[in-house]
Amino acid sequence: MNKITNIVVAGLGGQGVLKASDIIADVAFLAGFDVKKSETHGMSQRGGSVSSDIRFGEHVFSPMVPDGEADFLVVLTADQVEVNAAALSSCGVLVEPSQVDETKLGNKKSINVALLGTLSRHLKFSDEQWIEAIKRNLPEALHATNIEAFHTAKNAGVTS
Amino acid sequence: MDNKGKQLLNGDEAVAAAAFDAGITLGTGYPGTPSTEILEEFERLGGHAQWAPNEKVALEVGIGVAIAGGRTVVTMKHVGLNVAADPLFTVALMDIPGALVIVSADDPGMSSSQNEQDNRRYAVAAGVVMLEPSDAQEAYEFTLRAIEIAECWHLPVMLRLTTRVCHSKTLVMREGVSVPQSRVPEYVRNVSRRSMIPANARPAHKKLRESLAQIAQWNERSGPTEVIAGSGTLGIITSGISYQHVREAAPEASVLKIGMTHPLPMETIERFAATVDRCIAIEEGDPYLYEAIRTAGIEVEDKPSMYRFGELNIQRVRRIIAGDCSTEAKPVPGKPPALCPGCPHRTVFTSLKALNCIVSGDIGCYGLGVLPPFEAIDISVCMGASIGVGLGLRHALAEPEAKRVISVIGDGTFFHSGLTGIAEMVYNPPKTGHVVLLLDNGTTAMTGMQEHPGTGRTLDHHKTGKILIEEVIKSMGIKNVHIVDATRDPAAFEGLIQSSLDKSELSVIINRRPCLLAVKSIKEYEKCNEQNN
Ligand SMILES: Cc1ncc(C[n+]2csc(CCOP(=O)(O)OP(=O)(O)O)c2C)c(N)n1
Ligand code: SF4
Repeated sequence: MNKITNIVVAGLGGQGVLKASDIIADVAFLAGFDVKKSETHGMSQRGGSVSSDIRFGEHVFSPMVPDGEADFLVVLTADQVEVNAAALSSCGVLVEPSQVDETKLGNKKSINVALLGTLSRHLKFSDEQWIEAIKRNLPEALHATNIEAFHTAKNAGVTS
Repeated sequence: MDNKGKQLLNGDEAVAAAAFDAGITLGTGYPGTPSTEILEEFERLGGHAQWAPNEKVALEVGIGVAIAGGRTVVTMKHVGLNVAADPLFTVALMDIPGALVIVSADDPGMSSSQNEQDNRRYAVAAGVVMLEPSDAQEAYEFTLRAIEIAECWHLPVMLRLTTRVCHSKTLVMREGVSVPQSRVPEYVRNVSRRSMIPANARPAHKKLRESLAQIAQWNERSGPTEVIAGSGTLGIITSGISYQHVREAAPEASVLKIGMTHPLPMETIERFAATVDRCIAIEEGDPYLYEAIRTAGIEVEDKPSMYRFGELNIQRVRRIIAGDCSTEAKPVPGKPPALCPGCPHRTVFTSLKALNCIVSGDIGCYGLGVLPPFEAIDISVCMGASIGVGLGLRHALAEPEAKRVISVIGDGTFFHSGLTGIAEMVYNPPKTGHVVLLLDNGTTAMTGMQEHPGTGRTLDHHKTGKILIEEVIKSMGIKNVHIVDATRDPAAFEGLIQSSLDKSELSVIINRRPCLLAVKSIKEYEKCNEQNN
């Protein structure tokens, strides 16, 4: 059976939406899945709404997640939840900043990667695969803080 | 499952990879979303890429490379092809031994463009061969095939991408795709096929039509066409990204996917249509396939007209198939983009609003001056239009209103197509004079901080010739040239604008302050270039 996992990452320009989606696409890639990732980033630098779709499975055709069919919606800032809510399926999981204790992050900017830690609890990728994907998509100077952010959120007691 | 030997690339990166693997002599183009990353990535891979001052010049440079027998990709966004249309229509008639691949990145849905023109129409109008990939793997393969076809037929080839192909990452396997062998450029004279005076262009036009007929035959036999056998009840003819949505929305359908969409493989289409009960053309944008197929006398359905607007997706394809024309759910409006806090354009628009100017605007970050809180721009058409449109307003309006008109243009846009506007202003000055406000933020910010002839740095940020805007403008005959920084002294700026509007003379006010997001990199490039001196 060709079950496709649909993930939407959303937020505002400059928050690291595209980085987070690159890391998810890469972890699926490393795990051997067919994967497609799409994004609208024309004006993303100017602080407007940005979102990115990731789809993986045995074989993926369209790079866009149909509305109401996202298994996971990862939103980087609370005020963008409503804007993107229509993406989520009725049994989908919302991952949002309130599920992460921001005070425990070395750098608040790592919230995008921290939320991947939260997301990772629902997906069957190994920690090694996640770490590898994080490393492949961030400059070396940022590896330590982000890997820590990932673990902090992943191991937090808060569940969604 | 294993992804060994594969890479996850977006369409732009895949075109760049193909250009690199094929040993492209020179990549040239002009920045524009969603095409910009092609040349940046090509350069990063180690290729030689340049930004031209505009798309027309880029295409002309590309024509030269290909006449010399070299290989080139010339990249631009869809509206860029309007600027390059003049050379496009004539190079189509010529014999060019090298590979001239013109990449047009269309933007259905206008994620960041001023219109959603469908450049498949250009392929027909100019008589240019066109390939349309549907994902990054095909973007890679079709770029290589475009090079092959160009060199085989001595004709330019257009590669039409769309935003979703450019900006979607999909798996790409470079291994196993045959790369056409490249040759060393050398000049071979062939005046009758390269100098398009009427006596040469007349036979050349006939020759082009013959070649296109032959290429159509080749497309029937060996073109990048795919047939997916389905139930036979429903047949879908499609191309590009629409194919991907179709396969998911209608897994049971028979599908004909056309890779070379000009000239079309009409016999293949006819045979396919005959095998299905219901045949429908599913394509983003204009009813291009539909019209061509109907004109050939083949029975096919068009999508309902409401789906001509915007991008397609799985849901919309499902609706097209179901003939569902009910109102679509409106997306919840997101946060619109805005000028960055501290952006040098901000003070400018606050002042223009306060002075109650009639603002003829242009295309760039400063286009965001249209939106609240500024709402300071009255008109914006296309790159460079601010000056001509402003002059036209001045000619037509009575003096009190004419004197409120100001043209606002960026430094990047000035080099792209503002110079001729200044020439018009000096040559045909309105009675009330005119005021041009040139926003020099030291970069092409809107498309992601590209260099231009005024920055004195090449695409890869190395030192090169630098054109001083103020010197050019003075030498063109403008006497009142001021260089200011509105952010530093808003009151003085406002005073200068008002006094310039009051005079019946020609003035150019250059607001010089670097883009806040670019300033750090600019300093680094400059430091690096100084050290290398
Ligand atoms: C013909 C054409 N080519 C390319 C573009 C893409 N584009 C939009 S704005 C812009 C240039 C903006 O640069 P500048 O005028 O310096 O303004 P800034 O964004 O730096 O404020 C470009 C190249 C376009 N809209 N039209
Ligand atoms: S990117 Fe630069 S020019 Fe554009 S809005 Fe931001 S500061 Fe202004």
